[in-house]
Amino acid sequence: MIKKQIKVVNELGIHARPAGLIVNAASSFPCEVWLENEEGMNVNAKSIMGVMMLAAACGSVLTLTAKGSHEEEAVKTIEKLFKDKFDED
Amino acid sequence: MLIRKGIPASLGIAMGPVLLVKKDQIHVEKHIIPPGGEEAEIRRFNTAVAATREDLNAMHARVMTVLGRKHARIIESHNLILSDAVITHDIPVQIKKFHINAEYALQSALENIEKQFSRIDNEYFRERRFDFIDVFKQIMGKLSCEKKNPLENMEAPAVIAASSLFPSDTIAFRDNKKVLGFCTDLGSKASHTAIFAQSVGLPAVVGLVDFTSQMQNGDYIIIDGEQGTVILNPTAEIIESYRKRRAELQKEERFFQRLRGLPAITVDGHTVELFLNLDSEDSPFAWKSLKADGVGLYRTEGLFMNRTDLPSEEEQYKKYSALARAYSGLPVVVRTADIGGDRATRLGIKGLGDERNPFMGFRGIRLFLKYPELLKTQLRAVFRANTNGNLSVMVPMVASCCEVEAVRQIADVVVNELAREGKKHRKCRLGIMIEIPSAALTVDKLLDSADFVSIGTNDLVQYTLAVDRVNQYVSALYEPFHPAVLRLIHLVTESAHRKGKKVSICGEMASSPEAASFLAGTGVDALSATPKMYLRMKNAVRNLNFRTAATQAISVLDMPGAEQVREFYDRENRTIF
Repeated sequence: MIKKQIKVVNELGIHARPAGLIVNAASSFPCEVWLENEEGMNVNAKSIMGVMMLAAACGSVLTLTAKGSHEEEAVKTIEKLFKDKFDED
Repeated sequence: MLIRKGIPASLGIAMGPVLLVKKDQIHVEKHIIPPGGEEAEIRRFNTAVAATREDLNAMHARVMTVLGRKHARIIESHNLILSDAVITHDIPVQIKKFHINAEYALQSALENIEKQFSRIDNEYFRERRFDFIDVFKQIMGKLSCEKKNPLENMEAPAVIAASSLFPSDTIAFRDNKKVLGFCTDLGSKASHTAIFAQSVGLPAVVGLVDFTSQMQNGDYIIIDGEQGTVILNPTAEIIESYRKRRAELQKEERFFQRLRGLPAITVDGHTVELFLNLDSEDSPFAWKSLKADGVGLYRTEGLFMNRTDLPSEEEQYKKYSALARAYSGLPVVVRTADIGGDRATRLGIKGLGDERNPFMGFRGIRLFLKYPELLKTQLRAVFRANTNGNLSVMVPMVASCCEVEAVRQIADVVVNELAREGKKHRKCRLGIMIEIPSAALTVDKLLDSADFVSIGTNDLVQYTLAVDRVNQYVSALYEPFHPAVLRLIHLVTESAHRKGKKVSICGEMASSPEAASFLAGTGVDALSATPKMYLRMKNAVRNLNFRTAATQAISVLDMPGAEQVREFYDRENRTIF
């Protein structure tokens, strides 16, 4: 299992489109992928509804957890999405 | 008469009879599915989901052509919602496990989602629940074989009232010429419905809490999308006053429309060239009807966005050629891309680390000089496209002479290369953006190597006042009328004119009618405005007396602060109009 803290750096936070990108990325790996916000809400990163409900604004920190086959790749891919600001600006 | 204040969501005044759209009051009953019927019920549900997806795809295509990519993304996320586990997994499981009908399972899932979203504090994120509601209701409509929307049978023009509306509805309104405007109980300015309303140009007020429950079909209603006021069954006097107000607004708009094609000339005969700002995402023909004097700033950053490879010379050549042809001979200034290091990394350029302060970091011409191939590709494309029209090229973020000289040398190399390769081309004039105070203060030296300057006021204000305008703690200090900024603009204009070269303004200031007097008065040769403000700026210039504006422009340079400058111009404007 891998656990990693990632920061939301895009201006608008995790709205529908970034959430969609996260869900698509997470769904492409067989492992379980979870995201938890600072309030302790833990959601399945393969569900757009879950990810949007995190209400992750710019500057907030999420905990990304992956468990199972290809967990490392999954974490790396999702981390990159955050870092690239979901190709937004 | 009842008056309620809501949230203004989209400008304009609409008045007429109410048409209530009670869409979400589909009553959902719980049925128990007889044993063995669950699979058929799940199939029925899946068919409804598939039909919704077809609708979404069709709508995506339409939004893409009508409103553009940005809005189409909303539909794309709706498509993702359809693929969410709640729909593909949870609901079918519920149907099977509890032997319930699909409508009931869907309704329960939606109630659950709404409950969870309502706990979110942040309004922007809470509003995103409407994306889910929108999609769920569409599926519900498919399940209950809901007749197509009531708008189809509209007999007379009407104002739509509903407890809530979805982006999909707003699009339908656009196609239906009988919809005058709309109001809803739910929603905020940030909701997608409001955003869509603005882009289709329908007056709208949202957030009326429960006001629509007091309305009856056929009641007379006024919607003021500017103030956010909704008036139900107004008195004759009120109707009359709104009619006047609306007529005034329309007259103003018609008046502005009449300025198309007229020169931006002051009452005493001084002409200011008035150009347009365009983005590479805009169609080159999008704003042709404004009959602008040309394009003062064509931003090319868009060519580098949403991709992981660099735009090729051919791709850029095609783009710039189309633009040059569209403006058939009128001047068009192409600005080389002002992209930052983070963007370059994504385009496959390695070795760039994170920056602590990107505004003061590796962007604009700094990046292009470090990776001259990027600059060369862009210059080659512009020089080649210039055979189809009248293009100039302009570089952003210039701070020192050596940068301008370097660009000039690269331009020479590019011309030689194109000649050697036998490619048709025409070298064009080279301009620089004045955004950094150092460039403003030494513009006379920079102009030894450049042909013209354009002042980018947004960055110039930001760098002069050391204010990051998106930082909420200091954004109030962002002030284009600060005498320091005005002095720099004045200095740049004087210095350039002494060298016999032209100055244009392409930042937000050039789209602010209240700044027209100073800018024209200080002697700026051209203004480049956004399409939306273009005719308003022309109106502002045409109301000026250049000689008075020139004297005033000198006098405000001596004022202690922005407050005094603004006060001065406010007073002046009152006496003029």
